[in-house]
Amino acid sequence: MIHNEMSRRRLLGLGLGLGAAATLTLAGCGGGDDSSGPAAGGNGGKDYTGPKVDLKLWNGFTGGDGEIFKTLVNQFNSEHQNIAVSVATYQWEDYYNKLPSAASSGNGPDIAVMHMDQLATFAARGVISELDDVAKTLQLTEADFAPTVWQGGIYNNKRYGIPLDMHPLGFYYNKSVMEKAGLDPNKPPTTRDDFTAALTELKKSGVQGFWISPFQFTGGMSFYSLIYQFGGSLFDAEVSKATFNADPAIEACTWMVDMIKQGHSPANVGQDAEYLALKSGKNAFTFNGIWQINDLKKSPDVQWGVAPLPQIGSKPAAWANSHNFTIVKQRANNANKVSASKVFINWLSQHSLDWAKGGQVPARKAVRESAEFKALAEVSALAPELDYAAFPPATPGLGEVITTFYNSFNEAALGKKSPKQALDDGVAKANKQLEDNRKKYGS
Amino acid sequence: MADVIEVGAARDDAPPPAASAARRGAKSANRVGRATPYLFLAPYLVLFTVFGLLPIVLGIYLSVHQWDFQLPNRPFVGLDNYKELFSSDSAVFGDWWQSVRATAIFTVISVPLLMVVPLGLALLLNRSFPGRTFFRAVYFAPYVLGVAVIGLLWRFLLDANLGLVNRLLGVVGLPADTPWVTDVPWAWVSLVGVTVWWTSGFNAVIYLAGLQDISPELYEAARVDGATAWERFRHVTLPGLRPVLLFVMTTTVLASANVFGQSFLITQGAPGTETRTVVWYIVEQGLRNNDAGRAAAMSIVFALMLAVVSLANFRLFRYRED
Repeated sequence: MIHNEMSRRRLLGLGLGLGAAATLTLAGCGGGDDSSGPAAGGNGGKDYTGPKVDLKLWNGFTGGDGEIFKTLVNQFNSEHQNIAVSVATYQWEDYYNKLPSAASSGNGPDIAVMHMDQLATFAARGVISELDDVAKTLQLTEADFAPTVWQGGIYNNKRYGIPLDMHPLGFYYNKSVMEKAGLDPNKPPTTRDDFTAALTELKKSGVQGFWISPFQFTGGMSFYSLIYQFGGSLFDAEVSKATFNADPAIEACTWMVDMIKQGHSPANVGQDAEYLALKSGKNAFTFNGIWQINDLKKSPDVQWGVAPLPQIGSKPAAWANSHNFTIVKQRANNANKVSASKVFINWLSQHSLDWAKGGQVPARKAVRESAEFKALAEVSALAPELDYAAFPPATPGLGEVITTFYNSFNEAALGKKSPKQALDDGVAKANKQLEDNRKKYGS
Repeated sequence: MADVIEVGAARDDAPPPAASAARRGAKSANRVGRATPYLFLAPYLVLFTVFGLLPIVLGIYLSVHQWDFQLPNRPFVGLDNYKELFSSDSAVFGDWWQSVRATAIFTVISVPLLMVVPLGLALLLNRSFPGRTFFRAVYFAPYVLGVAVIGLLWRFLLDANLGLVNRLLGVVGLPADTPWVTDVPWAWVSLVGVTVWWTSGFNAVIYLAGLQDISPELYEAARVDGATAWERFRHVTLPGLRPVLLFVMTTTVLASANVFGQSFLITQGAPGTETRTVVWYIVEQGLRNNDAGRAAAMSIVFALMLAVVSLANFRLFRYRED
């Protein structure tokens, strides 16, 4: 799905590009009004008894998940006579560019769905409100969620997002290809030794079993996961220095580049090629997002399975991100709308089981532990990753730095530079970008 | 309107001598006359001011600030945004010059091809042969497609391991593992090739219009004088096309320098950021990194570079006219 989503995102990126000059200046006209304080009002989302309000909600669910989300919203609307939520869906890339200007001109939504790694940037830029009172009144605590997800919603000691779900990287395998190589298709490798042994068998049967994509989707994200598996990290604890050229990262990168050298992956894998090759039986294993489950279900001829990432390094870890609900600061603070928004967020969080059918692991523990969720075999297979998921840190302006990280992996995976050289160069640049960010956002 | 009625009324009153009516008419036409050119210019002037002049002025203003429109604090930074483009220890220096280099490479390879290939096409399509209209449509057709469509299409066709292009090359016994979109120089071959395929039709149509403006008598006269086909092309066609050539050259250089979608979609900047172009990098800084000031400074520096190139163009063609 993201594979579609990505393509579509890129299309929109283009539209943006063409209008870039104009947009830049329009943005200038937008004018930031930062006078609105934290969103007060209501009893933090317990219930809403005021006059009827219309709420606008924006999200980026352009795939099948968008329909599921709308169904949930309709159900909410029919259960709440005095709240009417209307949904608008945009491509994520477009969405994040559009939201700030819409909000500051008074045309923005009341509720915005946002990825966890965007929260800090949007909070620092004054687009979204603090939500500590929602958590308090609804008695939501870390215990109700996975700690990794719950902590990701916090920036500068204040909560800005209520997590809806998490979407980790999973380990997809093609059962028919495994079978042909004499491997047990129901026992995907879980350790480094198993994994390498399986690749050796696959190679004997003439299959390059683990295609290494040089792009963010999905080679870069696999590398991201492996850095944490080898005990490393992208940044130091304060996110003041990049650390993705430390030994664990070099080790992880070398392991991946060696896949190409040892003939387990062709060189120059194109965008999405590793996934298309898996579907067409040319590739056996790939790490890809949980969102691909729904896409694979559309191809009944493909015999596939999905499991948590095998442990290649010294501990388990997997890249993950999470969708969060946020409340957008408004020019004119309408207490009724804010309190109705909180009611909606709480309701949807409780009903996130249906959301899981859209191919995401619910953030809420009670939902995750329900029998109904466990019945969703593929999605729930990835739920264990929640305990050790490597979420992006909550620091504003990190987008460009992460791009630098992925670009340096690209150079290594395409053999333009040695892993060490590529990562050293990337870190040198990333540190300058982090310094720029510190100047811009303070702290 | 009022003037028309006035003239009519004057005629109705007591029929004045024709000369007087003419004088009165001329007088009112004069009054309107002074405003007429401005009225005709007004619509364009308004658009130019709103979408051309104001953004430029605003862009210069932004470029001397650290400008995130969402942050309350947008400090004046003087020429810092410009200086960092030229100081090698800044965060943007490397990426910026890499993007300039990528854009320059693309422009230098693509412009000659986009000048010559469409000219050849136009010459062929200008002859009369059965199915001419069909072929004119066929060569123009790719231009109708959006960059998103052709970008995705070619990304899949050019994929090193799964793409049709390498498959076909393999069938005819050529190397079947060329990294068309992930390594240089192949990525440049792909980007330029796709662009030529995509936009040649447009330039060809312009050339075609130019060719049809050249008087057939000139060719006839040349023929009578015994000029060969090459001499007719050299001494009749090319001079006849000079204004068209200048136009095509200028617009093609600017279009090539603005390349964005092709590399964004087909190579995604790979390897590393070697095929990331200037416009892409400006968008990245302005919209993704929310640094409109820096993006504005880059835009202005880039605009100055293009202005120099365009001036050189005009001089080149004017010189030849002298």
